[in-house]
Amino acid sequence: MSSDHAAPAPLVHPPTTRAVRPMEGMQVYNKKLGMWVFLLSEVMFFSGLIGAYIVLRFANPEQWTDAGVVLNVPLTAFNTFMLICSSVTMVKAFAAIEHGDQAGLRKWLIATVILGAAFVGIQVFEYIQLAGHGFVPMVDRYAAEGGPLYGATFYTLTGFHGAHVTIGVLCMIFTTVLAFRGRYTRDDYGGVEIMGLYWHFVDLVWIILFTIVYLI
Amino acid sequence: MSSVTAVAERNVSVQHWAEPEHPDERPFIRKYIFSTDHKVIGSQFLFLSLFFLLVGGLLAMMMRWQLGYPGEPMPGGGILPETMAAGGILLPEFYNALVTMHGTFMIFFAIMPLLVGVFGNWLIPLHIGASDMAFPRLNMASFWTAVPAGMLMLVSFFVEGGAAGAGWTAYAPLSADPEYTGVSTGQQIWCVSLVVLGFSSLMGAVNYITTIVNMRAPGMGWFRLPLPIWALFITAILILLAIPVLAGAVILLLFDQTIGTSFFLPETGGEPLLWQHLFWYFGHPEVYILILPAFGIVSEVIANGARKPIFGYPAMVGAIVAIAFLGWLVWGHHMFQSGMNPLLGTSFMVSTMIIAVPSAIKVFNWLGTLWRGNIHFHVPMLNALAFVAMFVIGGLSGVFMASTPVDIYIHDTYFIVAHLHYVLFGGSLFAIFAGIYFWFPKFFGRMLNPTLGTIHFGLTFVFYNLVFFPMHNLGLGGMMRRLYDPNAYAYLEPLQPMNTFITVNAFLLGAAQLVFLVNFVWSLKGGKPAGPNPWNANTLEWTLPSPPPHGNFAAIPRVYRGPYEYSAPQVEADYWPQSEPPEPGQEPPVDYTVREALFSGDVPQPKDAPETKGSDG
Amino acid sequence: MDWGWMLPEPVSTFGGEIDSLYYLILVITGAIFVIVEVALVVFVIRYRRREGRKAAYSHGNKVAEMVWTVVPFVLVLYIAYQSNDVWLRTKVAERGLENESALPLRVVGKQFEWNVTYPGPDEELDTDDDYVVRNQLHMPVGRSVRIELMSEDVIHSFFLPEFRVKQDAVPGMLIPVWFQATEAGEYTLACAELCGLGHYRMRASVTVHEPEEFERWVAEESSAGEPPEPVPAPADTARVDLEAAHDGGHDDRQAREGDDQA
Repeated sequence: MSSDHAAPAPLVHPPTTRAVRPMEGMQVYNKKLGMWVFLLSEVMFFSGLIGAYIVLRFANPEQWTDAGVVLNVPLTAFNTFMLICSSVTMVKAFAAIEHGDQAGLRKWLIATVILGAAFVGIQVFEYIQLAGHGFVPMVDRYAAEGGPLYGATFYTLTGFHGAHVTIGVLCMIFTTVLAFRGRYTRDDYGGVEIMGLYWHFVDLVWIILFTIVYLI
Repeated sequence: MSSVTAVAERNVSVQHWAEPEHPDERPFIRKYIFSTDHKVIGSQFLFLSLFFLLVGGLLAMMMRWQLGYPGEPMPGGGILPETMAAGGILLPEFYNALVTMHGTFMIFFAIMPLLVGVFGNWLIPLHIGASDMAFPRLNMASFWTAVPAGMLMLVSFFVEGGAAGAGWTAYAPLSADPEYTGVSTGQQIWCVSLVVLGFSSLMGAVNYITTIVNMRAPGMGWFRLPLPIWALFITAILILLAIPVLAGAVILLLFDQTIGTSFFLPETGGEPLLWQHLFWYFGHPEVYILILPAFGIVSEVIANGARKPIFGYPAMVGAIVAIAFLGWLVWGHHMFQSGMNPLLGTSFMVSTMIIAVPSAIKVFNWLGTLWRGNIHFHVPMLNALAFVAMFVIGGLSGVFMASTPVDIYIHDTYFIVAHLHYVLFGGSLFAIFAGIYFWFPKFFGRMLNPTLGTIHFGLTFVFYNLVFFPMHNLGLGGMMRRLYDPNAYAYLEPLQPMNTFITVNAFLLGAAQLVFLVNFVWSLKGGKPAGPNPWNANTLEWTLPSPPPHGNFAAIPRVYRGPYEYSAPQVEADYWPQSEPPEPGQEPPVDYTVREALFSGDVPQPKDAPETKGSDG
Repeated sequence: MDWGWMLPEPVSTFGGEIDSLYYLILVITGAIFVIVEVALVVFVIRYRRREGRKAAYSHGNKVAEMVWTVVPFVLVLYIAYQSNDVWLRTKVAERGLENESALPLRVVGKQFEWNVTYPGPDEELDTDDDYVVRNQLHMPVGRSVRIELMSEDVIHSFFLPEFRVKQDAVPGMLIPVWFQATEAGEYTLACAELCGLGHYRMRASVTVHEPEEFERWVAEESSAGEPPEPVPAPADTARVDLEAAHDGGHDDRQAREGDDQA
């Protein structure tokens, strides 16, 4: 019997890989473990950027303003709230498919997509507004209060986070499409789970960024 | 229980490999180009990184010409465009590009993919008894991301302004503002290429970690893993955590160059030292990424060559883990003279000194492995022994620069160049040669010619030392690294004969590699057929035919003991394959069973047959 | 060919201390090197393959492993301990200089030259009698100098090989450097950090005078009638004209070729 053609054994939990055999290893299926591992590297990516932010800000306090002078804190607070809500809807989606509730899965996934997309939309709107006030990353064109490093670090941190949300929304749309095609079942919902892991991570990063970039 | 025994018996009584009546029916392009088979991807990495090794070597030859014969037209230099060499004489800006790109190609596109891409891909599934990687498609994507990254880097030589010229360390502000070097596009391509390569490395690392954690064959507990797998596992963790930091830093650098931010430009508050901290926070773990897999390969080859169990297996593992951990605490030792607070220098000196200890443990344990062995001098073993001999020099010379006051003098001199080449060439590259000679039969089914292999080893060993050992003396004489023309300084003029001597030997060293090239290419088709286990080795891949079929193991093997049970008294032969079931009444090898029980809990009885994965909570 | 393992003669007060650390490490690492390589060669010869013999079956030896863990650990900590005091005194000017009155100088690196600001007869920087000399570092023997090291553009490294002094000059930072020359003579100041295409010729002469001679030199330079030209703060300086630097490179080469032919 070639390993490639081994028939998958029935499983309680989402399938491992095609290699369904007694193995040494953790009791976590590969894709989930892979996502955890990947998120560790994401932690390092954002740690590096946040570290750079802290160093630059301590070295140049005069380039920063008090909270709320340049940045629109209420708008972003609302945006943060939406992102947190999207994590809740993601949990709901996951809980639904855990119980085999297809309709619930679809409903909550759509809600998550909408919330995530709205977050990105509001962020773009915020960027346009800020740029209009001369708050830009470029040294030559910076015209707002504070200094150009404020702008540069702001756009870098929030921009990379925004890119992560955007990628997340695209993947979420893909997941939703698969959900409508009935890809996920009560016994096989690994895709939803790892999507959720990523989504919660992005949410968590935002809470940290919102705190250090907008509030402190 | 009876079912377990049945499985175990079948595993050995029938062949381990896929049935020949399941012919591999994938079309050519899926089989050899866009293949998801870890073995094909490993070979692809092998060809790609050997190509870049050649490129990096040629760049080094050009540098050596300029240093050995400064200001004289390079033979064949006439074919270079005027922007690189005027009338065959290398220009200083081209020399800076050579310095930068030699380092970049060798580190990121030759040594790293050779160790991690080639041996990681080839060995991990075979050593742990898996049919493939955990994510075969991700694995394919990893290779096909590395290719454009490398091509981009190559192309940057031919864009306007030439390739990046700020050193492989790309210290800002030199690298951050094109006005300082006159290189704009080249430096940007350098950044983009490294980010793209970072994605490739990251995909590899996620794959390796997941595969090693989750896909080990039954009985393959953590303390039965062959040491290359331990080394690659820890290396993958280092890559996973270090590469994102580099990517972040490089992206900030790219922003400085392109959209006009000032992260590293001091005029508007940027911090040049921030770049160095970020770079070396990545860069020092990177150093261990470039040597840990070499440790693993050498341990494997030395145990095999000495026909003895590796001396102090748990200490060998512990040393790898300790190095990887301490590796995060020592990055500042690259910055003793950078203007960083000298008190920080003290703490980095202490951590750097301590990291010498696990390296020492490894060297002494290799010696312990040779002690009272029965040493076979096959070509891989020759290279592995050279690794030990040379790594000692590279390790010990590191103590000089770890001492902060001594580093004042030797920092940024050829002493550093000598040190890093003793580690990266004497260390990593000899290990890579050992690995290629050792596993080539498994990769391609044919032996490399041992006579040519011995000649290649002998020439490389001699000329390598003649090239790099005198560099210590150049450094002690005060010669700076990355110096276009040493004769610009009167006090360096007495060193010119030594520079010429090094250059001559460098060319001979380069020429000696032709022997390897010929051997490699010829043996692919014309080598002696290898058979499944030419070195009488223990690990799982040697139970498979050479090369192993697609899918590797017909039935996942069961592992009964550690990988280095050579010359055990229980068996007549001087090796004892990991998957050979014990005879009734046969004493199992004793040493790691306690730890084994601690870590996998299934000794001596392997786990039960198919089980369901419960929720992980 | 100079195969020496000796460092060039030091001409600063702490040069000898740094050198003795180097020799200490050379002896320790040299001994380890010899032990390891001899053991390697002996084992390789003694335990070479013989037909019909099996290797000893041993998985290790806890005592031996402890020994070769602890001994290197003690040795490296000893080296670190020995190094630290010298390190702090050489790098932290306050510790090294203590109560000494040092001659203040300002050295500003820029692509590809060293500009040295001298305090003039009043021995104070940023006064009217300051003067700047390009690519010449003068100082008296037997008296410490305290240098404010800066850079205008990229990172350079202030390297005085004979003095065992090396310190990066970082734009946006003022880094204090101190040393005391012990012997009068002509020496070299080199740039040790890749700083662009003219890096290799970013050098300056270092002249250590006898004290009276140095005073004479200061008087001469101060009265030379040059308008004081204080080095502007790094931030607002025009950058080096790359084209000019470029041409300079070619000139250098042509000059050298000329020499060769002569």
